Amino acid sequence: MMAIFEYAPAPESRDVVDIRPSYGLFVNGEFVDGSGTPFKTVNPATEETLAEVATASSDDVDRAVQAARKAFGVWSALPGAERAKYLFRIARIIQERARELAVLESLDNGKPIRESRDVDVPLVAAHFFYYAGWADKLAYAGFGEPRPLGVAGQVIPWNFPLLMLAWKIAPALACGNTVVLKPAETTPLTALVFADICRQAELPPGVVNIVTGAGETGAAVVGHPDVDKVAFTGSTEVGRIIARAVAGTDKKLTLELGGKAANIVFEDAAVDQAVEGIVNGIFFNQGHVCCAGSRLLVQESVQEEVLESLRRRLSTLRLGDPLDKNTDIGAINSAEQLAKIRSLSDLGESEGAQRWSPACELPDKGFWFPPTVFTGVAQSHSIARAEIFGPVLSVLTFRTPAEAVEKANNTPYGLSAGIWTEKGSRILWMADRLRAGVVWANTFNKFDPASPFGGYKESGYGREGGLHGLEAYLDV
Amino acid sequence: MSRLSVRKTYKLYIGGAFPRSESGRSYPVTSAKGDFLANASRASRKDARDAVVAARKAFPGWSGATPYNRGQILYRVAEMLEGRRGQFAEELGGGKRAAAERVDATVDRLVWYAGWSDKIAAVHGAANPVAGPYFNLSSPEPTGVVAVVAPADPLLGLVSVVAPVIVTGNTCVVVASEPSPLAAITLAEVLATSDLPGGVVNILTGSQAELAPWLAGHMDVNGLDLTGVDDADLALRCEQAAAENLKRVLRPAPQDWTADPGTGRMTRFLETKTVWHPIGI
Repeated sequence: MMAIFEYAPAPESRDVVDIRPSYGLFVNGEFVDGSGTPFKTVNPATEETLAEVATASSDDVDRAVQAARKAFGVWSALPGAERAKYLFRIARIIQERARELAVLESLDNGKPIRESRDVDVPLVAAHFFYYAGWADKLAYAGFGEPRPLGVAGQVIPWNFPLLMLAWKIAPALACGNTVVLKPAETTPLTALVFADICRQAELPPGVVNIVTGAGETGAAVVGHPDVDKVAFTGSTEVGRIIARAVAGTDKKLTLELGGKAANIVFEDAAVDQAVEGIVNGIFFNQGHVCCAGSRLLVQESVQEEVLESLRRRLSTLRLGDPLDKNTDIGAINSAEQLAKIRSLSDLGESEGAQRWSPACELPDKGFWFPPTVFTGVAQSHSIARAEIFGPVLSVLTFRTPAEAVEKANNTPYGLSAGIWTEKGSRILWMADRLRAGVVWANTFNKFDPASPFGGYKESGYGREGGLHGLEAYLDV
Repeated sequence: MSRLSVRKTYKLYIGGAFPRSESGRSYPVTSAKGDFLANASRASRKDARDAVVAARKAFPGWSGATPYNRGQILYRVAEMLEGRRGQFAEELGGGKRAAAERVDATVDRLVWYAGWSDKIAAVHGAANPVAGPYFNLSSPEPTGVVAVVAPADPLLGLVSVVAPVIVTGNTCVVVASEPSPLAAITLAEVLATSDLPGGVVNILTGSQAELAPWLAGHMDVNGLDLTGVDDADLALRCEQAAAENLKRVLRPAPQDWTADPGTGRMTRFLETKTVWHPIGI
C-alpha cells in the first residue's frame, strides 16, 4: 500500500509586496488624487481591506485623455525601434518583479499563487516581449504602411487583472497609440504597480494613464469624444451597452465578451488526460474565465467512466488560501460574484439537474464556492445557457459527432471550444464546424501572445494576440 | 402593325425565387429625368424576415462549399453579366458610353473578387509560433448572415458591396438602392442563372428607412453593412440596434467605386478561428 503524505501548508510570503494604504490615479506620469469618492479593494479570501483607491470622475478621465492626446504626438513620432525598446524594458521589469506581482495579484483577486505565478505573470511578460518586437516591424505585417489610431480607451475585467492589462496595453503601445486604461474596481492594485513599472522604465509621461473607479469611470473613458479606439473585455451585457455608446462615432471598437464553451469528449479520448483538461477547463481561476469549458459534452458510451474519474479527481483538489502553493481553487473574487454563482447554481437544481460537489471545507471568512458538477443537464436549462463565471460545470451527453457539433454551437456565444479525441481527422472535422474563435484539441485554456484570441457571435469581435491583434490598434 | 412589347414585372429575389412583396405594395421608379420606368416591389418587414430565413438556410451549404467552387461561381456571375452588358447599360441609362464603362467595371470587379475566394485565407490567416507542442493555426471564416444596405450606385456600387460579402462564404440580404432598384433585380436574374445557390444573395427593393432598422435589429443577422445609408440618424439607429446581438457593423463612408477596393470589405465580415492542434506521437 502506498504511503499517504499529510498535507502541510506552504504559503508564499506576503513580505514581497508593499501595499500602500491609499492609491491615486496615474495621469501624465504622476500619481494624482481622484475627485470621486475613494473605494476600498479587499482580499476576497479574508475580506480584509487591502487599500483605498481613488475614483476618477469624468473630469479626471478628461485630464487623462488630454495627457494621452498630448503624449500621442511624441510617442507615435518615435521610431518603432525606440518604442520597442521601451516595451522590452517593461517586459524585463515585469520579469524582475514577477514574484511581487504574482503575490499582489493573488491577494487582490483571490486566485491561487500557483496560477498567478506560473500562468498570469509569465504570460504578461511574454505579451510585452512579443509586441515589443512588432513595434519596428509594422510595415511587414501586411497592412501596407499603417498608422496608429490615437488615444485608446481600455476597460478590463477582474478575472486576469494584469494579464488583461498586458493584452490591451502592449499592442496599443507597439502600434504607436497612447492609452487610458481602467482596471476593474475589485482588482486595481497590479495595474497601479504597472504604473510604477512605467515610471521605472522611463516611459514618456502620458503614454500610459491608469484611471481607477467603477462603471461610471469606465463609461467616461468609453464615451470621451477624444478617444479614437475603445477596447473592452468583460460581460456581454456591458459589451452591448458599449457598442451602443460608440455607435455613430468614428471610434474603432473591439470587444472580448462572455462565453459558454463546450468541452467535447469522444469515446476514444485518453480519459485521464481528458479529465485533467476538463478540470483545467472549468476550475482554472475558479471558473472566472470567459473561455472556460463550462459545458462538458461527453459521448454517451463513456459518460460513466469519465464522470467517475472526474469526481475522483475533484476530490483531490485543494481549496483555500490563495497564497498557499498547494492551493488549486482560490477565492471567488467578490461577494457580488459569489451571489451570482449561488443563484445560478440554485436555479440549476430547481430546474431539475443533479448537483454534486466533493467533500470540501470552506473557510469561515472570505468568498468561497466549492467545485460543482451538474449532471442530467438539458440544453434548455439556465446552467447550460447562461455564463456562470464560477467553478460550476454542466454535463451534457451526445451520441454522434454531428450531435456534438449541434449542441456545442447551440449558444449565442462563440468564444472557445475543446475537442478530446485520439483521431486526428476528427479533430479537423470538428474544428471546422465549431463556431468559436479559439478551439483547443486535447488541451484547454492554453494562451500564448502569438495566438489570436477572441470570439464569434455574442462573444464579441476583434482579436487580441498575434498578428491579428495589431489590426485593432492600426488604421486598417 | 408594330408589336406590343412585353414588360417586365420587377419583383423581389428571396431564396432563389422571385416573389412579389407579401404586402402587395409597389412604388414607381423613375429615371434621372423623372420619366416613369417601372413599378418596383416595396418589401415589408415580413419580406425582410423571409429573406433572413432564406439566407440562414443557405449559409451551411455556401460556407461549406470549397473556396474553389465559390470562386468558380462568382466568375460565372461575371460571365453571365458580360453576356448582358447591353441590357444593363440600357437599364443604367444616362450617357451610353459612361453606362457601358460602369457595366464593364462591374464585370471586372466580380472577376477580381472571384479570385479572392481561395486566397483570402493565405493573406488573412496565420500559423502562429506558440511556445509549446502545438500546431497553432488561425483561419478566416465567414461571419454568417450579413444585411447589406446597398449604395445609390445601382450596379457597380451594388456588386462592390455584395461580392466581398459572399465570396468568403457569407450569405446576405441586400436592400437595393431605393431610387434605382431595377438593376439590382436584373442582377438577381444573373445570379439565378449562375449556379449561385438560392438564398446566398437575397435582394429586397423598397424603403431603406423602413427595411434597414428591421434587419439591423434582427437577432439572426450577424453582420451589417450600412454603406448605402446617407441619413446619419438612420445609420446611428441601425448601429445601435445592431449592438443587441453584437453584429459586426461596417459604417457608412464615402466611397469611390472605381478605386482599388482592398480587402477591408471582406475582412469586416470574417471571423478568425484559431485552433490549437496537439503535437505528439
